[in-house]
Amino acid sequence: MFWVVATITVVPSFALLLARKAVHVAVSVVLVMIGLAVAYIMLAAPFLGMVQIVVYTGAVMMLFVFVLMLIGVSGKEDLTETLKGQRWIGVLVAAGIGFFLTGVISRVTLSVAEPTEGNPTEIAGALFGHMVVIVETLGFVLIVAAVGALVLTHQPRLVPKHTQRQIAEARVLVGADPVNKPMPGVYARHNALDVPALDPKGEPIDDSISRVLEVRHQTLDEAPYRADIEEGQPEE
Amino acid sequence: MNPVAFIYLAVVLFSIGSAAVLLRRNAIVAFMGVELMLNAANLAFVGFSRIQGTVDGQVLAFFVMIVAAAEVVVGLAIVVAIFRARESISIDDPSELKG
Repeated sequence: MFWVVATITVVPSFALLLARKAVHVAVSVVLVMIGLAVAYIMLAAPFLGMVQIVVYTGAVMMLFVFVLMLIGVSGKEDLTETLKGQRWIGVLVAAGIGFFLTGVISRVTLSVAEPTEGNPTEIAGALFGHMVVIVETLGFVLIVAAVGALVLTHQPRLVPKHTQRQIAEARVLVGADPVNKPMPGVYARHNALDVPALDPKGEPIDDSISRVLEVRHQTLDEAPYRADIEEGQPEE
Repeated sequence: MNPVAFIYLAVVLFSIGSAAVLLRRNAIVAFMGVELMLNAANLAFVGFSRIQGTVDGQVLAFFVMIVAAAEVVVGLAIVVAIFRARESISIDDPSELKG
């Protein structure tokens, strides 16, 4: 069982070093978090295992994915080295940390206690017993963090907001048509965002097509559709 | 299963996380490396808690989780703010403060 947990934590965590796309990294880290939750439950800490799943896989990693969605998934990583040989120094330092810690742990002999229940009741007793001040401080930290995130991502309004009336008045002021533009399309004969509407005289209304399509030259001529309609009309 | 094995697992995860922080330029990926390091520390806490037979390690791991959640919220807000200002999340880009 330990080796299963070790595999589903260590193997996906290598994606942190190797995967090119940040989304792949995020999904791999979700796997790592689930593996760690299993590890906690194996270590007689079922409460922490559940908290791990709820907080990490449920909240934190989804927040990462949301932010990735917000700032664009495609962000290319620049692989030039600003510091010379940084890659090897980084690998060396990380491996050094690993060997150092392994060495420290292998030198001490730890006598393992008998497995305890580790149940939520016991944790609650510790949390709300002699550590209650820390819990309240951490609640305060969470509130400050939430407000901080709001402040950091808040964009102040640079220009005052226009009401509908102001927009209409401004339109009249420059002499534009105050009413809505007609919808594009000829009598639903065609999936016709790209064909101008016809006025009562049968002339095309150029304003009815989106300007974007015009710029892209994706509009169609209305003539064949008009001819089609006129052909289909019964003789008077 | 011997809980000491989990401590070694925590060491391995911590090293991988620190390597990610040192090597990756994408701010979000480096951030996930920090998260992995925090989680490795948590695993060590829970492992030692099991070895000692007390619940204190689990409580500490719980505190670490709370602080990590707050840290993620603020850190990602900073990443979003920097991205809005510079259209980039590379860690090397905001280097104008250097002499």
